[in-house]
Amino acid sequence: MTLIHARGLVKRFEGFTAVDGIDVDVQRGEAFGFLGPNGAGKSSTMRMIGCVSPPTDGVLRILDMDPRRDGPAIRARLGVCPQLDNLDLELTVRENLTTYARFFGIPRKVARARADELLDFVQLTERADSKVEPLSGGMKRRLTIARALVNEPEIVLLDEPTTGLDPQARHLVWERLFRLKQQGVTLVLTTHYMDEAEQLCDRLVVMDGGRIVAEGSPRTLIEQYSTREVVELRFNAESQEVFAGKLTGVGRRLEVLPDRILLYVDDGDDAVAEVQRRALSPASVLVRRSSLEDVFLHLTGRTLVD
Amino acid sequence: MLTLVLPRLISFEGAGRRSASVVERNVTTLQPSYWLVMASGFLEPILYLFSIGVGVGALVGDLTLPDGRVIGYAAFVAPAMLASSAMSGALSETTFNFFGKMKFMKLYDGMLATPLRPIEIALGELAWAMMRGNIYAAAFLVVMVAMGLTTPGLAVGAFGAAVLVGFAFGGVGMALSTFMRSWQEFDLVASAQFALFLFSGTFVPAQAYPPVLRWVVEVTPLYRSVDLIRAVTTGEVGWLQALDVLYLLVLFALGLAVAGRRMGKLLCR
Amino acid sequence: MTRYVLEYHLVSYRRIWRSSVLSSFVLPLLTMLGFGVGVGAYVTGGVEGVPYLDWMVPGLIASTAMQVAIGDSSWPVLGGFEWQRIYFGQAAAPLRVADILDGHLAFVVFRTLTSCAAFLLIATAFGTMHSWWALATLPIAALVGLAVATPTFAYAASVRVDSYLAVLFRLGVIPMSLFSGVFFPVESLPGVLRWIAYALPLWHGVDLSRAATLGTAPDWSPVGHVLYLSLWAGAGWLLAHRAFRRRLVV
Repeated sequence: MTLIHARGLVKRFEGFTAVDGIDVDVQRGEAFGFLGPNGAGKSSTMRMIGCVSPPTDGVLRILDMDPRRDGPAIRARLGVCPQLDNLDLELTVRENLTTYARFFGIPRKVARARADELLDFVQLTERADSKVEPLSGGMKRRLTIARALVNEPEIVLLDEPTTGLDPQARHLVWERLFRLKQQGVTLVLTTHYMDEAEQLCDRLVVMDGGRIVAEGSPRTLIEQYSTREVVELRFNAESQEVFAGKLTGVGRRLEVLPDRILLYVDDGDDAVAEVQRRALSPASVLVRRSSLEDVFLHLTGRTLVD
Repeated sequence: MLTLVLPRLISFEGAGRRSASVVERNVTTLQPSYWLVMASGFLEPILYLFSIGVGVGALVGDLTLPDGRVIGYAAFVAPAMLASSAMSGALSETTFNFFGKMKFMKLYDGMLATPLRPIEIALGELAWAMMRGNIYAAAFLVVMVAMGLTTPGLAVGAFGAAVLVGFAFGGVGMALSTFMRSWQEFDLVASAQFALFLFSGTFVPAQAYPPVLRWVVEVTPLYRSVDLIRAVTTGEVGWLQALDVLYLLVLFALGLAVAGRRMGKLLCR
Repeated sequence: MTRYVLEYHLVSYRRIWRSSVLSSFVLPLLTMLGFGVGVGAYVTGGVEGVPYLDWMVPGLIASTAMQVAIGDSSWPVLGGFEWQRIYFGQAAAPLRVADILDGHLAFVVFRTLTSCAAFLLIATAFGTMHSWWALATLPIAALVGLAVATPTFAYAASVRVDSYLAVLFRLGVIPMSLFSGVFFPVESLPGVLRWIAYALPLWHGVDLSRAATLGTAPDWSPVGHVLYLSLWAGAGWLLAHRAFRRRLVV
């Protein structure tokens, strides 16, 4: 069943188009991602799906309802975890959940029980009576996720769920989101981290400049737009450009970045041997698997995080 | 027929319940220090009443109203104190506090991800703002009755009038807040509020002002509020007061509608 | 060293002085017009032999001094510890606690003086000054400012939540400005309240200012007034210094 259906969806602000006609379908139980750099239109799309930003043009149906008309009814069945935590700083951790539940009309008793359950789920039971302010970034993020689950939503929207978190905190968040996915909750998330997209998403679209430039599962995207392996070469020089000329013919494709050269190849070791045969001596050599980062670089000529 | 009306009723009921959940959120935030602020706020109009009404009243003596009645200065000033305290109570909650919640605490961004609509948040915040103000008004009226400045029966009527004044200014305060960009701009609101306090027939009858100033004063919301409450506590209600009520009702509806719309514009871009 | 702290406050003030002109100067002016002129018309025969407006204006100057001084030493001091945390930055520089405190106090006195000077000018234009002694209202204003600012510094440095400052205004500042002989003579207060008014600093400033602008002798000995206000300032300073030390020297 299609939970989110968009055709030619457009969001324009004064003098600038954030989302420029995208088509998206999200099925029940799926983990769907929007991958793209800052300013690609991911958050604007999420806000339209969250029914807090009316579309400028196009078709948008959520849970088979019209967000322009049925906003409250749709939001009653959504969970939203925004990019910046907007937790209630005047309330305690537990009160943040119980109070939020009341906005959905959930009876007090049920709200309290659910808050305890969710605090356990995001591992914040010990901090239940603490204020929000002293929590670490990872804890705040987990609390925001718990808050998004308080109405047992059918779809959870996560806007950059781990941006700004340290590696350990990120893994904890990923692990919790993975558990949600296993429980059959539909996840829609945006990210500019390719590892996050690879870890969590069944299917994703790559966005750039308000448009969708590619769509598929992480694996098919990599197969379609990149090679099996990548060799990263760093040369000790003012510009990597000079060395690019000397590498023609090595591998299928080559990208020159300010600080390194990427060689797209089928076999990394073969390529490294060829580089050595040409008497080039890079300061560092790294052979790795292709990632979504490479897909993005190929599609747009830019890196995801800049 | 019933099936046509019923869905609307239900959706309205939902709105009331959702606004109430905003009030509930505010109740949850109450801290011990809040009660101290609340208790001290109750004193303020009473102190003014004693200083100006009684202290300065001793210098002024009795006052002859435009309709020829003679009343004590305290009886003249007290209803104006009630009106302006209803105004400032409503404004402080709906300007400074409301603005902080909207712009800095990003409180409403979180609320809007739930079934709450902007107008429901506005209504909830307004209802909350009124609760405190209404307790003050009731306490002040008790003091007025105790001092013999009005009768218990009239005080009940004046309470209703003070509630209306609070809602009207609360609506205006919220609408204003949605146009504010920085804290500094609230200094202007505070100054305007203080000017209203001084020149709304509070301390002297508006008839004492020069003609031009007088007509300006007569159309300001605080003057209409003072006029209404003073007419009630002195027991001289006429057609003009019906106009006052209408004026304040329009102000309230307009303020709330503008606030809801602007919040939608600001937060649901 | 104190000078550098004062300089800091003056520089930050340059950015916001416009909005403070409004509250520290326009508001008392409105009070003078709305209340002094308006009510004055109904006070037939004046007070103590002078028109009501002339009688209340000097009180309003002293009261302005108090309000500006407390306003500028409440939220800014709490903010200096809790919000912008400027004091901790200053304490990291080679400044003593007394330098930080005195520099900020000097700024508060500067604000008090400029507000009162502007007010004095306008009040003079209204013809309410009866004597050249009126100029003495400025040093009086500075003294009143110090007498109330120093204990406010101590208080604001001791509380952590700004709602306690609202309480200070409602239970301290507003009652003091209403019952210290600004709007009506203290003598008409019942016994206990009158003695409370005598004990608080504002009445002493009001009595001195009034004597100055009307060119008459004050109700109490001027030396007594000055000593009493200095006592407030001195005791307040010691308390403020202790409160600042407690926060800054750990």
